[in-house]
Amino acid sequence: MNNLWGDSLSSFWSAWIIVITLGTIAISAWLLFANRKTDKTPDSEGNVETTGHAADEIEEYDNPLPKWWFQLFVGTVIFSIGYLILYPGLGNFEGVLGWSQEGQWEKEVAQAEERFAPIFAQYQEVPIPELAKDQEAMQVAERIFQNNCAVCHGSNAQGGYGFPNLTDNQWLYGGEPENIVTTLNNGRNGLMPSWQQLGENNIENLTQYVLSLSGLEHDEDRAEQGESTFMSVCAACHTPQGTGNTALGAPNLTNDTWLYLAPGQEVADSIRQTLRNGRNGHMPAQAAYIGEERVHLVAAYVYSLRFND
Amino acid sequence: MKHEIVEKNVGLLAVLILVVISFGGLAEIVPLFFQKQTTEPVEGLEPLTALELEGRDIYRREGCVGCHSQMVRPFRAETERYGPYSVAGEQVYEYNFLWGSKRTGPDLARVGGRYSDDWHRAHMYNPRDVVPESIMPAYPWLFENTIDGEDTPAKMSTLKSLGVPYTDEQIDNATAEVRGTQEITALIAYLQQLGTVLKDNR
Repeated sequence: MNNLWGDSLSSFWSAWIIVITLGTIAISAWLLFANRKTDKTPDSEGNVETTGHAADEIEEYDNPLPKWWFQLFVGTVIFSIGYLILYPGLGNFEGVLGWSQEGQWEKEVAQAEERFAPIFAQYQEVPIPELAKDQEAMQVAERIFQNNCAVCHGSNAQGGYGFPNLTDNQWLYGGEPENIVTTLNNGRNGLMPSWQQLGENNIENLTQYVLSLSGLEHDEDRAEQGESTFMSVCAACHTPQGTGNTALGAPNLTNDTWLYLAPGQEVADSIRQTLRNGRNGHMPAQAAYIGEERVHLVAAYVYSLRFND
Repeated sequence: MKHEIVEKNVGLLAVLILVVISFGGLAEIVPLFFQKQTTEPVEGLEPLTALELEGRDIYRREGCVGCHSQMVRPFRAETERYGPYSVAGEQVYEYNFLWGSKRTGPDLARVGGRYSDDWHRAHMYNPRDVVPESIMPAYPWLFENTIDGEDTPAKMSTLKSLGVPYTDEQIDNATAEVRGTQEITALIAYLQQLGTVLKDNR
């Protein structure tokens, strides 16, 4: 991490700042005292010196500031000098307190670490299936989920168009604790290529066949024609039975769960789109953002969602 | 000096006011122009590509800076949420700065890589589709408008004259690189690189 303040200033610029800062304070102080000396004693004829401003025969006296006001000004001068002694302000002089913005941040982080580290360390020891049943841990985990995951997967974890539902116990990359941890730590890149080159006829046949795999309404003839294409083109990833492959993140096509089904869209339409254009799902790696201890907790939370029905 | 002289000569008054208020700037701003901390890029910092640069201009055009800051301050609450705090060296190629001063939405200084491109597309098309409680406006026209790239080389040359190290090759290829691209693609390209230079230094 770069030092927030980085290299110190050259001595010229350090001196420049010191001279301007102290000079400004000195001039302010001089101005303050110089203006205090006005003569308000009446002369022999009882006349008092005025500023010469007059309105409706009311003349303006040239009196010094009221004492309390004057003292407030003096107070600010004294405060500024005290501040510049205690805190960094005069060029490279760091102030006798040694305060820095970065130091304050480090201290804050260290304090939080001291408080929270034992809690996370304790959860880290507990295996995920067991942790998933710990109410208190799940409250902590839910907060982390809401802050980091809910943006895509939704605050109820039910996902959305292109973002997997985490509560339906259907898993693209496997739902075992270690699968979930891997997904969270490293992220995932799902890639379904485009099959435009097969031509619209084949795409329609495949669509009908995929519909049949989930037992949805389909065109029998076309589905039959689509089967052979499926076996030669799709089975490599989705398996001949169409049950998918969690090692690749190839979805199960037999469970009537559709990741890319827009609200109101027909399933057949979504399948056609997928075949024509391909899909590229991307889950960003979270380890760099939240660290492995929090990943462990969130994994337990995601694991726990299966118990919520 | 008599008050009267200053008060009755507006020109003199203006000059003296300028002198007085310039002291703050002279002490607080001018030295920064000569400090490595603010003039040297952090390691690995690259100028924006032509596409990212166009995205940045869309970011400015749509007024994103009005609701999103790009400045993670050195407080734990911020570094926990957004990532490492921002440093000046990340900003040396920025003309103008888009630090912002208001967070109606979250800070974006480290948003790069945080969400997928698909998420950004869905979110920009209609934020409520992915974040039901969002109050961010939708930007559907970004999906219809495309970039012609006519001005891209000129923008890059201007930045180059200000010290951003673009190569002539980059400038020559700029138009071809961005022509016909959807505005949303450019904007996402810009967002996805934000803050990524220091991102993993946590």
